[in-house]
Amino acid sequence: MMGIPGNWRLRKQRYQLAGTRCQNCNQIHFPPRQVCPACKNRQLEDFRLSGRGTVYSYTIIYQSTPKFEFFVPYVVALIDLEEGPRITAQLTDVDPDQVEIGMPVEMVLRKISEQGERGLIHYGYKFRPRIR
Amino acid sequence: MRPVAIVGIGQTPVREHWDAGLRELAVQAVWQALDECQIDTVDVFYVGNMLSGTLTGQEHLATLIAEYAGLTGVEAIKAEAACGSGAAAFRQAVLAVASGAAEVALAVGVEKLTETSTHKTTDGLASAADADYETAMGISFVALNALLMRRYMYEYRYHKSDFSAFIEIAHRNAVHNPNAMFRHLVNRDQYERAKMVADPVNLLDSSPIADGASAVVVTSIDQLKRFPNRPIWVAACEVSTDTIALDNRENPLWLKAAERSVHKAFKTSGLTHRDIQLFELHDAFSIMSALSLEGSGFAERGTAVRLANEGHFAIDGRLPISTFGGLKARGHPVGATGLYQIVEATLQLRGQAPEAIQVPDARIAMTQNIGGSGATIITTILTRERL
Repeated sequence: MMGIPGNWRLRKQRYQLAGTRCQNCNQIHFPPRQVCPACKNRQLEDFRLSGRGTVYSYTIIYQSTPKFEFFVPYVVALIDLEEGPRITAQLTDVDPDQVEIGMPVEMVLRKISEQGERGLIHYGYKFRPRIR
Repeated sequence: MRPVAIVGIGQTPVREHWDAGLRELAVQAVWQALDECQIDTVDVFYVGNMLSGTLTGQEHLATLIAEYAGLTGVEAIKAEAACGSGAAAFRQAVLAVASGAAEVALAVGVEKLTETSTHKTTDGLASAADADYETAMGISFVALNALLMRRYMYEYRYHKSDFSAFIEIAHRNAVHNPNAMFRHLVNRDQYERAKMVADPVNLLDSSPIADGASAVVVTSIDQLKRFPNRPIWVAACEVSTDTIALDNRENPLWLKAAERSVHKAFKTSGLTHRDIQLFELHDAFSIMSALSLEGSGFAERGTAVRLANEGHFAIDGRLPISTFGGLKARGHPVGATGLYQIVEATLQLRGQAPEAIQVPDARIAMTQNIGGSGATIITTILTRERL
């Protein structure tokens, strides 16, 4: 279970989809990297993803890990982002039966989980059917 | 590197062992293997295990097991590669002997998944994935396989019920394995009605949470005279890795680590696909059977499910798989699984499998143990004759 430092450290990724771009081969990465997996270059720059993409695959979860039981049934998808990277995220604001492969989606900021009544509340990216 | 052979094996039944902890299970398997060899110590001792720290609060596991096995003083180290921990420990034992650093090495895989609630175990198993970018988003290990299965069905136009063939094969073989957890048949109708866990993966697509331990003793060609059993040769044991997170793979339906580890194993052994007579694959989920067969080159892309339905992988088929029930029906005590596969392949090559599941005149077998959703893949080839 991730504590306060870990959540603070990941805030740009969770809230802004902050990734990296390789200054040598221009590959874009999410999550951010220190070494480009395509060319091993270590000169990378920050790159913020637009949050627009399409569903590559999805699942409707009926039995979750304990933290997510509140949301069951919920949809988790692999999403192909416009800039290239693929990302794992929950879908929201959608009837699970309406989800299909190829569906255009966009990022929104939502509550991801909470650590009990008095614990941390984790916010981060989810995706919804594209309306913007 | 020196030729290495398996000279002793041991295994506990795969069960919910409420009356045995990690040390009791491991010690049973270790001493079965030592007794077979008629020895009472080894030079080095490797333990394959994934979740002892998470689920039972016990790390420093190898030293603990060595002590309770009566082997205090022997070098003992734990190998961890998620569900691939068993074969990872086996490889360390093989390397220790092949390099000349040890004459006799033992690898034992052990896992205790019923010590805590199913919830905690599910949480633990999910730690094989990327904690910050997969698990933190609400993904379970089942869900990762569901993402693969959905995409596979979409790309290759399969119906969910087509996957039943893999489940039927595993259960049909497990009936004859006294160590298997589920010794009963499953039919297509039961498969279609099984409870959904993460759509499209249902309960019968999934291997069960279980406890168990299995052990193997290996030695060098120079020491064989000391051992009573027919040696089974380790023709190759090769590892490759892929990205931890599924989303970082260009084509998640292609297990690159399977392709690479199989390629290396064939290069090391000089064998080819046609030589393999049986394949103990990592059927943690039915989709993994398909992806493993395809990535390993035993089926063209998108055809494994069709071939399964045509009987190619049944016990009397062209390439029998999961001959003792596989992860699905023998059970999947995660860190022990890789060594169960090796023990079972050894029984096949010795001609000691129960009659109904003995592959006739088995000379060459492959096993494949997978950590995570294809992130670590260890492929082993065992042979009856020295190559």
